[in-house]
Amino acid sequence: MKYIDEFRDRRQAEALFAAICRLLGRIPVARERPLHIMEVCGGHTHSIFRYGIEGMLPERIELIHGPGCPVCVLPMGRVDDCVAIAERPEVIFTTFGDAMRVPGSKKSLLEAKADGADVRMVYSPLDALALARKNPDREVVFFAIGFETTMPSTALTVVQAAAEGVRNFSLFCNHITIVPTIKAVLDSPDMHIEGFLGPGHVSMVVGAAPFQFVAEYYHRPLVISGFEPLDILQSIWMVLKQLAEGRCEVENQYARIVPDAGNSAALRAVAEVYELREFFEWRGLGSIDHSGVRIREKYAAFDAERKFAVPNARIADPKSCQCGEVLKGVIKPWQCKVFGTACTPEHPVGALMVSSEGACAAYYQYGGVKQQRAGAA
Amino acid sequence: MTVVAAISSPSPGRLSARTVTLAHGGGGKAMRDLIADVFVSAFDNPVLAPLDDQARFDLSPLAAAGARLAFTTDSYVVDPLFFPGGDIGRLAVCGTVNDLAVGGAAPLYLSCAVIVEEGLPVEVLREVAKSMAAAAREAGVAIVTGDTKVVPKRACDKLFITTSGVGAIRLGLDLGAHRVQPGDVVLVNGWLGDHGAAILGARGDLALETPIASDCAPLHRLVAALLEAAPGTRCIRDATRGGVATVLNEFAQASGLAIEIDEERTPLRDAVRGFCEILGLDPLYLANEGKIVAVVPGGEAEAALAALRGDPLGRDAAIIGCAAAGEPGRVTMRTRFGGSRIVDMLVGEQLPRIC
Repeated sequence: MKYIDEFRDRRQAEALFAAICRLLGRIPVARERPLHIMEVCGGHTHSIFRYGIEGMLPERIELIHGPGCPVCVLPMGRVDDCVAIAERPEVIFTTFGDAMRVPGSKKSLLEAKADGADVRMVYSPLDALALARKNPDREVVFFAIGFETTMPSTALTVVQAAAEGVRNFSLFCNHITIVPTIKAVLDSPDMHIEGFLGPGHVSMVVGAAPFQFVAEYYHRPLVISGFEPLDILQSIWMVLKQLAEGRCEVENQYARIVPDAGNSAALRAVAEVYELREFFEWRGLGSIDHSGVRIREKYAAFDAERKFAVPNARIADPKSCQCGEVLKGVIKPWQCKVFGTACTPEHPVGALMVSSEGACAAYYQYGGVKQQRAGAA
Repeated sequence: MTVVAAISSPSPGRLSARTVTLAHGGGGKAMRDLIADVFVSAFDNPVLAPLDDQARFDLSPLAAAGARLAFTTDSYVVDPLFFPGGDIGRLAVCGTVNDLAVGGAAPLYLSCAVIVEEGLPVEVLREVAKSMAAAAREAGVAIVTGDTKVVPKRACDKLFITTSGVGAIRLGLDLGAHRVQPGDVVLVNGWLGDHGAAILGARGDLALETPIASDCAPLHRLVAALLEAAPGTRCIRDATRGGVATVLNEFAQASGLAIEIDEERTPLRDAVRGFCEILGLDPLYLANEGKIVAVVPGGEAEAALAALRGDPLGRDAAIIGCAAAGEPGRVTMRTRFGGSRIVDMLVGEQLPRIC
């Protein structure tokens, strides 16, 4: 398939592997212990497992699967709020597909739907707005979730709804931002990460500048990476090259999509509609300052949190769940006490088992070769 | 097929109603007219025509066709009712024919029970019945008994169909996944995922236009050709809901072997691959309605492939993998990229990823 298969070429991959192995020999720390490279984004995690990249890498490179799966890090209390809104008789609750299965403290949206709530899967917030126009006697709520990647589309939908004077449409805003979260991971005392693969589609919106602190203050290389397997390999090679040369910079491997300055129209739309929350609760990581956004006063009429009373309860992560340690690379998914036993994709206990972009679900579904090696040892 | 009682059709009143109402399920004249005008006239066969409470047929023709009976049932609730490459009626016939065929049975008789939501246009029902009749003719089976129920609005979604099927299996043939041996070869008879992609596309809520049509077709002739060319065939299953991935997992679990497939040899149309790329779906889990997964001994692989390719419904057949001693019950795929990954059973429904 044109423009896809070129990025999945086996021969190119073999050349990159050889180059990666050569570079490894030039990195001092890699002689003592495996190098830890974190891919921040859940999309990367999914690709790494889908194409079997992890098992192809030398054992001296360990990929740490970061917090960048918005579905996974959604706390239970927010899912309960979703269910409460969705179960109001006047509401049509619209959502992206993979948010349907996230467990709340009592049920997921999928279960709420089975119990009679009008929950519908859509592919774009504009589809939800169209539903609102078509159903003027119903309240259509869109479950806004995701990092900066999906923020512009929900922001523009709100702007459009306001311009048209649509009154029966609102967002339940759960957007989160990636930068404070990377900072939280870097500040964690048990963190051992030598370099980062930066999130490609977030960067398409925000550009490269917001990640400069990783290089400047934390002295770690960060390479903004695409999502095809060759993108990921090349980005790993670029991280290693920086380490071998003693550099710490933000580099952009995904230049075919990511302009260094980001997308100014998208950023304007985001700034128009959203403002930072003081803090936001993450599953597995706890509360992180300035890591979420809410809808500005100007667009209050489109804010489901203001429109409907929600329980807004904080539900603690289950005690047995070790998602936080997996996210920070302290333990591997299969080393968690409940991995594959109490916690499976059918009955996820922890965040990372929820979406196929979560590290644990990916290990469970696609199997980690390193896990098999560890099991055999 | 010899038939027992050749009684001529009763002369039915032509149905005048435009939509199906609860009256058509009431057991009276309206129902009788609906059945006669819509179903009996379309299915047109002497076993059905008397409209008795059961179809009756001699055992001798069955015994001539084989030594054992195969009996299966399946319900069809597809939405939309009509889609590129087929409709619920064609699906209801082909699906049940295929469930018989993959057991090695020659399909003979089908039943047809419909549950209709009141308000369905009679014309829609007529189209579906015609399509069932055409598919039955194509498959060489007769629809010999049936039932019609009408339920109030919202008690079902437009139209549900249940078909059961009876077929005959020849002496000595016993297909089953427990027979799979290390070194056996896994084949499919063509492009995978067409039906699932066609249905998702036809629902229209994706705003994606696709050229993909369902592969819905009766496969018993193809299966017969395969069994003749590869008499050692271990097992066959049609890769419907859950796709090829699910069938392979069932085979691996039943045999206690590992199965490895090769992504590069797995037939996927560019249109289906592109569709899945955009939506974040895995084509291995998409439903098929005209595809089998067969396991044959390594020594019969080429003969099996040639037999499949010799049938119009198997032109694009391929060997996609093999069974081996390994972690029991595990299915892995060698990726196009050179890596390896597990192909697990699907948990629930496949839900698209958000970004």
